[in-house]
Amino acid sequence: MSEESTVRPGKRSRVELPIWLLGTGLAVGIVMVFLLLAVILANGVAVFWPRDVTLLQLREDSTAGPGGRTTFGAIILDTRAVENAAGSENELYLFLGSADVMGDKFHYLPVEEVESQSLPSTVYVAERTSRGDAIMEPLALILPSGKEVSAEAPDFSSRLNEALARNEGMRREIQHLERNEIASLNRQIELLRREGVSAGASPELQSQQHALENEHEQLARELQVLRHGLQAAHLRYRLLSGEEREQTLGEILRVYQPNALNTFEKLAIFGARFWRFLAEDPREGNTEGGIFPVIVGTFVLTLLMSVLVMPLGVVAAVYLREYARPGPIVHAVRIAVSNLAGVPSIVYGVFGLGFFVYFLGGTIDSLFFADKLPAPTFGTGGILWAALTLALLTVPVVIVATEESLAAFPKGMREASLACGASHWQTLRRVVLPASAPGMLTGLILAVARAAGEVAPLMLVGVVAFAPDLPFDGVVPWFHLDRKFMHMGYHIYSLGFLTPDSEAAMPMVYATTLLLILLVVVLNVGAILMRDYMRRRYTAETF
Amino acid sequence: MPTPVSVLAPQASDKSEARPIIEVKGDYSFWYGENQVLFDLNMAIMPRQVTALIGPSGCGKSTLIRCLNRMNDLVQETHHSGDILLHGKSIYDPAQEVISLRRRIGMVFQKSNPFPKSVYENVAYGLRVSGEKRKGVLDEAVESSLRRAALWDEVRDRLHTSALSLSGGQQQRLCIARAIANEPEVILMDEPCSALDPVATGKIEELIHYLKRDYTIVVVTHNMQQAARVSDRTAFLYLGRLVEYRETEQIFMNPEDPKTEAYVSGRFG
Repeated sequence: MSEESTVRPGKRSRVELPIWLLGTGLAVGIVMVFLLLAVILANGVAVFWPRDVTLLQLREDSTAGPGGRTTFGAIILDTRAVENAAGSENELYLFLGSADVMGDKFHYLPVEEVESQSLPSTVYVAERTSRGDAIMEPLALILPSGKEVSAEAPDFSSRLNEALARNEGMRREIQHLERNEIASLNRQIELLRREGVSAGASPELQSQQHALENEHEQLARELQVLRHGLQAAHLRYRLLSGEEREQTLGEILRVYQPNALNTFEKLAIFGARFWRFLAEDPREGNTEGGIFPVIVGTFVLTLLMSVLVMPLGVVAAVYLREYARPGPIVHAVRIAVSNLAGVPSIVYGVFGLGFFVYFLGGTIDSLFFADKLPAPTFGTGGILWAALTLALLTVPVVIVATEESLAAFPKGMREASLACGASHWQTLRRVVLPASAPGMLTGLILAVARAAGEVAPLMLVGVVAFAPDLPFDGVVPWFHLDRKFMHMGYHIYSLGFLTPDSEAAMPMVYATTLLLILLVVVLNVGAILMRDYMRRRYTAETF
Repeated sequence: MPTPVSVLAPQASDKSEARPIIEVKGDYSFWYGENQVLFDLNMAIMPRQVTALIGPSGCGKSTLIRCLNRMNDLVQETHHSGDILLHGKSIYDPAQEVISLRRRIGMVFQKSNPFPKSVYENVAYGLRVSGEKRKGVLDEAVESSLRRAALWDEVRDRLHTSALSLSGGQQQRLCIARAIANEPEVILMDEPCSALDPVATGKIEELIHYLKRDYTIVVVTHNMQQAARVSDRTAFLYLGRLVEYRETEQIFMNPEDPKTEAYVSGRFG
């Protein structure tokens, strides 16, 4: 007994050491993935949370405040330790807003400079169209009639919100007019002009042109009225540092009182902000507003890439596996395909620029859009060329996966089909391809995962930092494959490293990163669900 | 095993006068690449009889059966000499399309291999690939094929569920129904029971016995009792050569060749 109990543990530990190592490897991997997700999630979500505003009172002789101010309001974003000659000290990282007054939206302040801090419940945060939020106390609302509604009046806040809501409606209308009506008018005018160039001016054409121009003027006047309407009301307010300002209400998007909100109200604001992040266009050099065109651009690009890569990859793989005569050439092609999967993506970008954009696009332009030259239509980067470049980048993955799934198809079932009098093609189409579909979708999943994260090649073939026009809209021909587009990967890069105010953009970088991960997950889960559905339909196992 | 054989014997002798449906002639030989697997075969397969091919592993019986419907075309680099005739016409005739040949000579494989489709679609497959689209025709063919394969009563309520949900024996009968649906003249069976339990095997044997009223059946088997039970004529192949080919009763009761005698009495194989 005793011998057994002394021998056993030794034996077991010898056997299990490698297992422990393997387990540790897995655990480290998982921990790293979760760490990544946690960092991005925490930083990305925090952007939308309405944080409390602190009124900071500095020591009287302090010069560390923004512009030498000793009293001001700020949102404390972070407290961090910094090393300097005197040893280490704590520093506050502050959001000031009101760059028009303060000079900067962000500020660092040593903790010992602060004499006192408080959370006044009366303070407002106003989201503005430019130069950062204002942290302030409203004084009066000046109505278009010139009448003033004092902030002490009982109906002040309801009247303010009412006016803001009215402005929001007008902004929507302006956007609609600019995006749809005027854009489509401009297009018609452009078409007429080109007709005039090619066919010569006729009185009929001229009258049409006049009619359109009149309509255009009419719309421009409407726009003018709306823009005036936006500027009719004013808000007078005082910053916590004491400066008073008057601003047209059109520049203020919405206001809230962070310090007076309870958790649920904050949650409501959080939700609304997150929604606006998803649904709105970017403002202020992408550092504010939403990323709707970015999401749409990434999504459309990936879908377009999938639509292009699937037929290409599947057809190539089917030919390679089913029809090509095995031999040195097929072998060489297989090796080449595998090697293509390892080519750095920027190489594809260069190829896309040289072949798709300059050669194909240039040819298309000179054939079909000659009247617009030298302004290029397809001869410049666009979503079609980007999708084709990505399709080329991912086609090896699809070919390899499809070939593998074709090879894994049971030989007995092929023979059964042929023995029933089916031709090779009928066997492929009716039995082999449906049963191999899950394998092909695995290839697509891998392709999407690779394509959605690519940035480098896109920079050469059509991605831009700001393109509010979506790749599709209500204007004929609805899909504008020649358009430039925004993309999450590039958006993150340009926000984080190319904007002058990269500090202001940092929260957006995290939020966009979070969404990029979400988008990849959504696309992958979609493809996986499709694959599972196909597996259930065409299980290829017997017994 | 004397009883079934004696029952079959008169039937077999009735038909011995008929013209053969398949003739392997001209010293038929077959090569995989450089490797010759069939040597100088000559044999005639009679209509509406069950012909069993027996012999030890590697003797070429599967190769022979796969030559009859040209399944060996799928293998790269094969060639043959001699000829195989179906109703007096060569199956290698360039005018003979391999697709229509396979419709006339159906095949059932060792491992049941239904398609990952519904029971109905499995049986209707042969008709569909030949271009039949009329639902009435398909329905009728599916039902009659399943009935003849003695499977109808078991699957009539789940025609549209996956064929892969059937048991092994049912799957093999489904494969037989699939072969029957094309209305072939000959059904080739390559060890159809080797993966089945005794009960399922018994059902398939019963079915073979019943099917020979309408079809000519060639069955490869490892199981000598099975050959004795189901077949009218038996061919014994050894190392790619046809050693003896006679009425089953004769092969088992009164073999001429000492090798046949040794094999059927279980001394080697």
